[in-house]
Amino acid sequence: MASHPTTEHGAHGAHHPKLQHHFFSMSQQLEASTLGMWVFLVTEIMFFGGLFMAYITYRWMYPDAWEQSSNLLNVYLGGLNTAVLIVSSLTMALAVRAAQVGSRMGQIVNLILTILLGSTFLVVKYFEYSAKFDHHLIPGPHFAPTHEVSGALVNVALPFGSQIFFSLYFIMTGIHALHMVVGIGLMLVILVMAWKGKFSPGYYGPVEVSGLYWHFVDIVWIFLFPLLYLLGFHLGGH
Amino acid sequence: MTPHAVERKSYLDEPHGLAAWLLTKDHKRIAMLYLISITVFFAIGGMFATGIRLELLTPKGDFLSPDTYNKFFTMHGIVMIFFFLIPSIPATLGNFLIPIMCGTKDLAFPRINLLSWYLYVIGGLMAIAVLAMGGVDTGWTFYTPYSSQASMTNVTLAAMGAFVAGFSSILTGFNFIVTVHRMRAPGLTWFRLPLFVWAMYATSIVMILGTPVIAITLTLLMAERTLGLGIFDPKTGGDPVLFQHLFWFYSHPAVYIMILPGMGVMSELVAGVSRKQVFGYSFVAFSSLAIAIIGFLVWGHHLFVSSQSVYAGLVFSIITMLVAVPSAVKTFNWAATMYKGSVTWESPTFWVVGFMGLFTIGGLTGLFLAAMGLDIALHDTYFVVAHFHYIMVGGAIMAFMGGLHFWWPKMTGRLYSEPGAKASAILVFLGFNLTFFPQFILGYLGMPRRYHSYPDEFQALNVLSSAGASILAVGYLLPAIYFTYSLVKGQAAPANPWGAKGLEWTTASPPPTFNFDEDVVVTEPAYDYKPPREVPQHTGRAGHAFSE
Repeated sequence: MASHPTTEHGAHGAHHPKLQHHFFSMSQQLEASTLGMWVFLVTEIMFFGGLFMAYITYRWMYPDAWEQSSNLLNVYLGGLNTAVLIVSSLTMALAVRAAQVGSRMGQIVNLILTILLGSTFLVVKYFEYSAKFDHHLIPGPHFAPTHEVSGALVNVALPFGSQIFFSLYFIMTGIHALHMVVGIGLMLVILVMAWKGKFSPGYYGPVEVSGLYWHFVDIVWIFLFPLLYLLGFHLGGH
Repeated sequence: MTPHAVERKSYLDEPHGLAAWLLTKDHKRIAMLYLISITVFFAIGGMFATGIRLELLTPKGDFLSPDTYNKFFTMHGIVMIFFFLIPSIPATLGNFLIPIMCGTKDLAFPRINLLSWYLYVIGGLMAIAVLAMGGVDTGWTFYTPYSSQASMTNVTLAAMGAFVAGFSSILTGFNFIVTVHRMRAPGLTWFRLPLFVWAMYATSIVMILGTPVIAITLTLLMAERTLGLGIFDPKTGGDPVLFQHLFWFYSHPAVYIMILPGMGVMSELVAGVSRKQVFGYSFVAFSSLAIAIIGFLVWGHHLFVSSQSVYAGLVFSIITMLVAVPSAVKTFNWAATMYKGSVTWESPTFWVVGFMGLFTIGGLTGLFLAAMGLDIALHDTYFVVAHFHYIMVGGAIMAFMGGLHFWWPKMTGRLYSEPGAKASAILVFLGFNLTFFPQFILGYLGMPRRYHSYPDEFQALNVLSSAGASILAVGYLLPAIYFTYSLVKGQAAPANPWGAKGLEWTTASPPPTFNFDEDVVVTEPAYDYKPPREVPQHTGRAGHAFSE
């Protein structure tokens, strides 16, 4: 199929094998799937938007609780994850580029790197979550915040409203992590397709569209990191 | 077009078999799957309405216990809103007609379209599971903290059902937007699109912007109920009113998800039965977008008595009244379209006229409720119940029924009984008014909603209302009979039984699998009836010769 990258115009030319029956041309198909992903991302923005609305409301109601609870999050692990995701967006963009210029090896290498970076993010997140369990920072009847001071757990008195901070922390980062899992699954599919040489300069829509999704999930984290982690950093104690 | 439309292969004939239907990617078949499913849910929702009206025949709560009554009105609301009204026109008529009206073979994403139906079915099965397990009693609004803390019923599963059905709605809207942008036939510019497509486009915008917010709101509710993550729980400092804001940010625009498609159907029907270009095409087109946009800015009118500040209330009150402007633009333009049109009294005409009357009453009483001072008196009374039923049932369902009658010959290739259809439209109109008009008076007199008993002096009006409901039920059962009969014994429909304009009338009834035999090129505007007052010389008006 790589040998017929441009025979896509009109009903009379030879159809690209990846052209679905209800589209006129490959470019119409690509435009439709790209617009589709953008529209889908709009729904995702609204989905996360509800959470951000709750965040804004409660931060306004409980500014002290927000600041002091934020101080109990691990800025260094959060920062590491931010870097990991930004690099993964670069490798993702390189994978799309590789598909556009027809480099199979470039796609495979960059997709594997993207998947590895995404998995690193989740592993770091796992260690962060475990620490929150150890420190009794899980909202609910057993909420008894502690802070680690030179290896020992010390009780911390947090202001009223801090349970909501941690509820939002877990829901926001949890839903974000769920999107990461979906993204990694998507990338595995794209990797298999790239491995089989399905993409060419005439047909790279799936790589580009999955890439849009990946960048979106990345961007959500770029907002979550300062809102959750950096808010109480100036209080020190790290 | 050939008059022997049914003899040729249509989308209904091939490929054959149940599996081919359940795995179909054809938008027309998916529309039919949706039509069957929503009819089932309409019947379920109707059974709960029957229970409510039976209980309210007498002042004493002697038919249902208070708890059961709570479950009845909750299940009536959840089933009718999430599983009937929201998918009704978009998923059936919209699915069927949008690709045809755009002159294309299918929606942009046929597999996602099928996925949307499966999500709807999964959500619907959850709702049915809730019924089987004893129902839910929070009201369809799931207000916290009752829903998250106190209710002992199946709130989580019901919320999950609405959540999943919400995704089916998102996927439908998403598909429509991409299709309208990217799949239009050559020559089919935006301003040549039928107004139904404009209305569905506006609806789709509401679907993709609003539905995700209810999804996250219900997620937060479920997280609070099952995991104890207190977002709305006052014990940990949560604010239950935040739930109301998030809920109505979707659920008020959802009203426009229900009525905008009905307005789109009306524009088609008014032009079709008047054989005249829709008056003020671009005004009608843009009024759909205006309703979609303004609709997002009015949710606060549900919180006039929920501790919202008076100033916020004032602003929401004023913006709410603005919705009346584009709605009135539509209503006046439909009336102007019919004026000096070649109106014939065929069955869709009856639904059209019924819609215009009922929607006008529903819209005007909406202004009463938008006025903040008046709403504080009318809040949570039967006046509200009557108002939104005039919009939802008198508006959305009248339009849905009208559209179904108008396009039934196209969808099935069969003609139904005209006298039966007219009788049904008249019964629904009379039954509807008898059911819901007394409720305006009841609400004005102060009868609160959601109680299973009431003071004796309200009985006469409640008996009228229940009597009307029985007539309404007959009006809805009739189409079930003559539509089913038409499928078995109905006369074959010609390609264009109404002599109407539009791409869907240029192809066979029922259409072939890929909608058109040849690629479509559009060269004329929508509703190009020429000359305006003359009945077009279309062939194939078999069975429906009408008198001038």
